[in-house]
Amino acid sequence: MGNTGRDLEVKAVQSQEPEQDTQSIWDRIAESQEFQDLMATKKMFIVPAFVFFVLYYFALPVLVGYAPHFMSTKVIGQVNLAYLFALSQFFVAWLIAWLYVKAASDFDRLSKDIIEKNGKGGK
Amino acid sequence: MNISLVMFLVFIAITLGITYWASRRSAGASAYFAASRQIKGWQNGIAVAGDYMSAASFLGIAGIIAFQGYDGFLFSVGWLVAYLTVLLVIAEPLRNAGKYTMADVLAYRLKPRPVRAMASLSTLTVSTFYMIAQMVGAGALVKLLLGSMVTYNQAVIAVGILMIVYVVFGGMLATTWVQIVKAVLLMAGTLLLSVLVMAHFHFSFGEFFNAIANVTYHDAKGQSVVKDFLQPGLRYKPPYGPLDLISLGLALIFGTAGLPHILVRFYTVPDAKTARHSVVWAMVLIGSFYIMTTFLGFGAATIVGPDFIKGHGGTNMSAPLLAQALAGNIFFAFISSIAFATILAVVAGLTISATTSFSHDFWTNVIHNGVERKAGEEVLVARISAFGVGAVAIGIAILLGPTANVAFLVALAFAVAASANLPVIVCSIFWRRFNTAGAVTGLAVGLLASIGLILVSPSLMAVDPPTVTGAARHLIQAKAWFPLENPGILSIPLGFIGAFVGTMLSHEPTSQHKFNELLVRSNTGLGAEKAGAH
Repeated sequence: MGNTGRDLEVKAVQSQEPEQDTQSIWDRIAESQEFQDLMATKKMFIVPAFVFFVLYYFALPVLVGYAPHFMSTKVIGQVNLAYLFALSQFFVAWLIAWLYVKAASDFDRLSKDIIEKNGKGGK
Repeated sequence: MNISLVMFLVFIAITLGITYWASRRSAGASAYFAASRQIKGWQNGIAVAGDYMSAASFLGIAGIIAFQGYDGFLFSVGWLVAYLTVLLVIAEPLRNAGKYTMADVLAYRLKPRPVRAMASLSTLTVSTFYMIAQMVGAGALVKLLLGSMVTYNQAVIAVGILMIVYVVFGGMLATTWVQIVKAVLLMAGTLLLSVLVMAHFHFSFGEFFNAIANVTYHDAKGQSVVKDFLQPGLRYKPPYGPLDLISLGLALIFGTAGLPHILVRFYTVPDAKTARHSVVWAMVLIGSFYIMTTFLGFGAATIVGPDFIKGHGGTNMSAPLLAQALAGNIFFAFISSIAFATILAVVAGLTISATTSFSHDFWTNVIHNGVERKAGEEVLVARISAFGVGAVAIGIAILLGPTANVAFLVALAFAVAASANLPVIVCSIFWRRFNTAGAVTGLAVGLLASIGLILVSPSLMAVDPPTVTGAARHLIQAKAWFPLENPGILSIPLGFIGAFVGTMLSHEPTSQHKFNELLVRSNTGLGAEKAGAH
C-alpha cells in the first residue's frame, strides 16, 4: 500500500458505521454546479446509448425466434437477413463504443476540473 | 500425438517463466491483487479478452455452430454486445470507487460486513461453477489428445496444480501475462484457421455460403438430411426456444458486467480512463474473434461435417478436427494446445478472483472488521486459499468425471452474475435510497433463484430413455418444472425485486452523505486508488 496522504480513503473503506456522517467535501462537490453539469453530460450520452443498444440487440432474438421465415429471406446469394442482422450487431457495438470514447473525453475534461478545484485525493 | 504433448509443455514452460518473473514483483497487497495497478490499457484489454474467451467459447461455440448452425452464431453476438454494458455502466465507476473486488463498491455506503459476506459468497459461487466447467473440459480434452499417455484424473490434477502455482507465486501480474500470451495465441490460431477455411473455398464467399446452405449429415433417426445451416431454428425450436434465446441474451448482456474475474481486471490499470480504453481493446479482440467463429463453426460443418465430428470426440472437438482436416497433425496439435492454454489461463483468472474475494472481503473485512492483524496477512490468506480453491475444483472435477454434462455450469455462472451481482452493483451506484438489507436480499434472491431455476430446468431434469446411462443421465428423472435452460428472464427481475423489496422493508436510515461520496468518487475518480511502484 505504501502510499501516503490517503487517510481519508482508508477511513472511508474501513468505516463500520456508515450512518455516522457529517457534512463533508463530498456533499459540497455533489451539490456543485460543475458536478451537476458532469452528470447531465454523462446521462445525455449514456442513457440513450444504453437504451438503443439493448433494443437493437434484443430485436435479434425476438425476430429470429418469432419470425424465422421472414429472417430466412435470402439477400445476397445464400446469405440471409438473419445472418446479416447478426453480423451488423458487431459493427453497431463497435460504433457505440467508439462514440462513447469520443463523448467520454468531455467527461474527463469536466472531471479534471472538479478534481483540480477540490484538491488531489479528496483533501 | 507427441507433438501435442511437446506443445503443451512449451506453453507450460513459458507460463512458469512468467510466473517466476512476476513472483519477484508481487510483494504487497496492491502488487499481488492488482498488479500494482500498472497494467497498460491495451495489455488489460487483451487480458480481459483472454479471460472471456474461455474453452467454452473456443471449443464450445465452434461445436454449437458446427452442429446447430446459425443459432450457435447467436451466442457469438451476445458475447460481444454484452461488453457495452461493461463499457457504459460498470468499468469506470468500479475502477474509481473500488480497491480489489466488486464488494468494495458496495461496502462504501452500506454496512460492510453483511454486504461483503454475501458478495463474497456470490463471487465464490460464480467462480467455482465456472471453474469446474473448465476443469472437466480440460480433463476431457487432454484425455482425447493424449489418451494413451495421460488419464482424465491426471490431467485435472495437472491443470489444478498449475493454476495454483500461477496464483500463489505470481499473483495478478502472472495471471494477467499468462492471459495475454494465451489470448495472442488464440487470436493467431483462429485467424490462421479462418484463412485456411477461406483458402479451402478458393477465397470465394459465394462458394463458402453455398456450402453452408447445403450441409449433409445423418439426423437422430439415422436418415441422411441436407440442411441450410444459415437458417435460424436448428437449436431454439418452438414453443420455448425463442424465449430461451431471449433469456440467454439477458444473462449475457447483464451477466458479463457481473462476472468477478472480469471485474477484478479493471483494478489492474492506473485509472478509469485506462479502464475504458481496455474495454475498447477487449471489444475489438472479442468482436473479431466471434466474427471468425463464422469460419470456425461453419467451416467445421462444411469441411469436416457433423457426422465425422460425432465419431471423433464430439462437438467440442470441432475446431481441432477442422485444423486437422485443413493442415494435418501439426496444426491439429497447435490448435489443441491453444485450447489447453485457454483453459489453464481462464482457471487461473477465476482462481485469483475467488481468492481475492475470500481474503479481502471475507477474511479481512468480515471476520476481522477491516483490519489486517499483521502486514501481509491479506496476501498470505489469499495464497493459502488458492490451495483450497484448487483442491475443491480438482476434487469436484474428478468426482463428476469426463462425461459429465457441465455446459449448464457456465450458463449458471452467467445467470448468478446477472441476477445477484449486477442488480446490487447498479442499485448501489445509482439508487439513493438503496440500503444494506436491499443488497443482502438482492444478492440472496438472485443467487437462490438462479440455482433453483437451473435445478428444475431441462439441463438437470428430464426423462431419459433407458439406453442413456451413467453421467450422461439427467440428475432428476422427471419432466422439467421450468421449461428454459437459461433462467435469466425470471431470475434477473427477481434479483432486482429482491433488492427493491429488501430496501423498502428495512428501516435502516440511508446515508445521503455516503451516497454523495460514492457518486462523486465513482463519477470523477477523485480519491481513487493510485498506481503503485513495483
